[in-house]
Amino acid sequence: MSEFSSLREMSTGLAKGDFSSVELTQEHLSRIQKADPAINSFITVNPENALAHAAQADQQRAAGDQRPTVGLPFAHKDIFCTNGVLTTAGSKMLSNFIAPYDATVVTKMAEAGMVSVGKTNMDEFAMGSSNENSFFGPVSNPWNTDCVPGGSSGGSAAAVAAGLVAAATGTDTGGSIRQPAALCGITGLKPTYGRVSRYGMIAFASSLDQAGPMTRDAEDAALMLSVMAGFDHRDSTSAQRDDSWLAELAVKGIPELDQPLTIGLPDEYFRTSEHMDALEMAKAELQTLGHTLKSVSLPHTESAIPVYYVLASAEASTNLSRYDGVRFGHRCENPQSLQDLYERSREEGFGQEVKRRILTGTYTLSVGYFDAYYLKAQKIRRLIAQDFTDAFAEVDLVLAPTAPTPAFKKNQLTDDPVAMYQQDLYTVPTSLAGLPAMSVPCGFSQGLPMGMQLIAPAFREDLPLMLAAQFQRHTDWHRRRPGDAS
Amino acid sequence: MNWESVIGLEIHVQLATESKIFSGASTAYGAAPNAQACNVDLGLPGVLPVLNERAVEMAVRFGLAIGAQINLHSIFDRKNYFYADLPKGYQISQFETPIVGEGTITITPETGKPRTVGITRAHLEEDAGKSIHDLFPSQTAVDLNRTGTPLLEVVSEPDMRTAQEASAYFRQVHTLVRYIGICDGNLAEGSMRCDANVSVRPVGQEAFGERTEIKNINSFRFVEQAIEHEIARQIDVLESGGRIERETRLYDPDKDETRSMRSKELSNDYRYFPDPDLMPLTISEAFVERIRDELPELPDARCARYVGELGLSENDATAISSDIDRAVYFDAAVAAKASAKQCANWIMGELSAYLNKQDISRAECLVRPGWLAQLIGRIEDGTLSSKTAKTLFDALWEAGADANVDELIETLNLAQMNDDGALTQIIDDLIAANPKQFDELRGGKDKMLGFFVGQVMKATQGKANPQQVNEIIRAKL
Repeated sequence: MSEFSSLREMSTGLAKGDFSSVELTQEHLSRIQKADPAINSFITVNPENALAHAAQADQQRAAGDQRPTVGLPFAHKDIFCTNGVLTTAGSKMLSNFIAPYDATVVTKMAEAGMVSVGKTNMDEFAMGSSNENSFFGPVSNPWNTDCVPGGSSGGSAAAVAAGLVAAATGTDTGGSIRQPAALCGITGLKPTYGRVSRYGMIAFASSLDQAGPMTRDAEDAALMLSVMAGFDHRDSTSAQRDDSWLAELAVKGIPELDQPLTIGLPDEYFRTSEHMDALEMAKAELQTLGHTLKSVSLPHTESAIPVYYVLASAEASTNLSRYDGVRFGHRCENPQSLQDLYERSREEGFGQEVKRRILTGTYTLSVGYFDAYYLKAQKIRRLIAQDFTDAFAEVDLVLAPTAPTPAFKKNQLTDDPVAMYQQDLYTVPTSLAGLPAMSVPCGFSQGLPMGMQLIAPAFREDLPLMLAAQFQRHTDWHRRRPGDAS
Repeated sequence: MNWESVIGLEIHVQLATESKIFSGASTAYGAAPNAQACNVDLGLPGVLPVLNERAVEMAVRFGLAIGAQINLHSIFDRKNYFYADLPKGYQISQFETPIVGEGTITITPETGKPRTVGITRAHLEEDAGKSIHDLFPSQTAVDLNRTGTPLLEVVSEPDMRTAQEASAYFRQVHTLVRYIGICDGNLAEGSMRCDANVSVRPVGQEAFGERTEIKNINSFRFVEQAIEHEIARQIDVLESGGRIERETRLYDPDKDETRSMRSKELSNDYRYFPDPDLMPLTISEAFVERIRDELPELPDARCARYVGELGLSENDATAISSDIDRAVYFDAAVAAKASAKQCANWIMGELSAYLNKQDISRAECLVRPGWLAQLIGRIEDGTLSSKTAKTLFDALWEAGADANVDELIETLNLAQMNDDGALTQIIDDLIAANPKQFDELRGGKDKMLGFFVGQVMKATQGKANPQQVNEIIRAKL
């Protein structure tokens, strides 16, 4: 076992008795203790809980529990409520919040016998593309610690890339799993909206938020997804689906594609040649593997960023109203009145980007602006979704860049929010359409990892998983490590 | 100048579900503060609402009862505002697409003719918590037990013209919601509250005057008083050359006055938008039809049937049909072959008196409708006098579950004496003992007949059939 072993490899080791979950967990905890100060990918590390759960997993294995997930260490993004454990969403507002209940995803991981070692850093309330908006400090990209890891699931991506854990949960509203996965050279999957329960996941934009796995490779993504996915009666937007194919994938591994695919290349995503060398090579590789590439059009792509920032901010502005200093979270000193309590608690508790989005969202929902912004954005959202429906009439999957650039320097974009928002250029349309999309390492630009994005029709996560698994059987981009010659 | 007032009500009906509209917490009244606020009610980070289907059923039941359009597709919206007893910072309600569309309710004010009040809409929403301002000096206490309690907000057209009509309408809705079992109707516990929109205009003017809204009225009496007061205040303002400001006012029953709460111009922009945590609510025709089938016969239809088929007076029919428990009891007794008129008399008289005295509801009544029917039958066949029937009723009440009408008549010796010979003997003895009085009767003093009948009743402990006694005495003259 190495620090870059995959979940699958560790699972085999546990099954063979090469090591126990307690040993494995202890090993992870030591690595985090040693390496994380330079990266800051964790907000909370929980050795006692982790070792207790690991010991329990060892007992389960000894008692004959052969599920592949039992005893595997991983980390949760600090956006999932964990009973009795600090749950901050990267915010000062929740810097004292001990959740009194478990998110459904947390329960599912625990029931699968997986061992959470701690909670990863993130942009405040998942708002950001660089993980610089965290009350707990920025996260460094393990490939170059002067660079950002992307965001908002930057802590999860960096922790996996640095070899601190093999897998972590993430959440994606407009690209928050895929963009940091690309910038950190790991595999990240945003499932179809409704595939994974949002119960207990702190809301940013309810109609877009979706949890998913961040892993070393497609095999581990499938394993994680099989645990995370499923209908939840506590989440009215979660989908009732037959997930037996996922369970089978988790046990048997991802099968070979039985026939080549037709892969769409949207014209609107390939208009620049900057940082596109890696993607060009990936296209060639896919053709070598027998797949057909075909040009498609997603004509409403350029509206996606403004539409996304109108809708996500509108939802966020009211989702974040509950942080008022009354029942939990940050409360200002000596409030003089209810109004004063609200104003100062929120003024002190929220960071700049969060305030910017609350203001934007409040504005677009106001009388007189609602039709021009919110309603219009909803209409365009439907057109964007229709673009994909039209494309999928012609192709099985869509291939696109994940992010327009490799990891950028810290502070490079912090003063220019609009430039920062462009990081989500290629990820936001899929979020608006509610589709599953996966970022897979496909090469380097300027010595930093690049990702390609595989987008599928709703509830067809099997397609990107199988294609990514095939690609990863024939390439080794996903095995490159920080410090390797790239 | 002559003024006409224009009134519309928004009534909040608390639906009688066991759990809340978007969480599994109990809705029972009277728990320790905040004991019935679960994670969802508290608006903790990460929680999500899940719609209670029972609340939807009840809303549909109401819609069907008022002949309204049921919207198979409706949407839950967020109404955004900050307040200490509103944990999420928004209330989940229905704004543009409510579940119940236009309908009507017919009212009969105490004075004036029956009239039809238009219902604009009825929508589902969650209640907020309770702020208690007088528990701690200079602090406000918040009890979130009520948070998330399901409400049906029933919005009327501005169809009422007097405070009495408004009060009659409030009462009618109260009757109806209890009738169809969607609300316990307990005003003291806040199960029904209303906001009144009031304006005045010169008689003959078509355009409405500027209106004010009186918030949170929770009794029939206060509705009438508050509106009366507000009408008088508005007329005063207008007659002294002033203008009515659109504003929200609060009624103070102690001082019998309304006072300004906040001006609408300064009021919140609620920033309504569809709640992305809830899918649009879609219900099927079959769901609606199932509820239609389960709907009880409604008061108006029942009343008409009582008058038309059973021959009850309008008054009795209205009184019995207006209360579901009373109507069900009546129907059961009539089904057990009792005379409808007698049944109505007993239910409105003896039975109601008992229930009032014991302070229990008709549903808990110990005297079964079948027994009442038997009792009435025994009056009609001459076994019981009205006096012994009352004695029997007492006995039935006391006996409770094990009562048997005929056994009790036997055991308590309540049957009337119908034996001519025995009665004749008693009467002969009385005549012998009171010759003077008998002579007077013979001489035409009819009052003396009452004396003899009374003496016979006394001698027989009320069991003689007065009719029969009369006949025997008359034969002796």
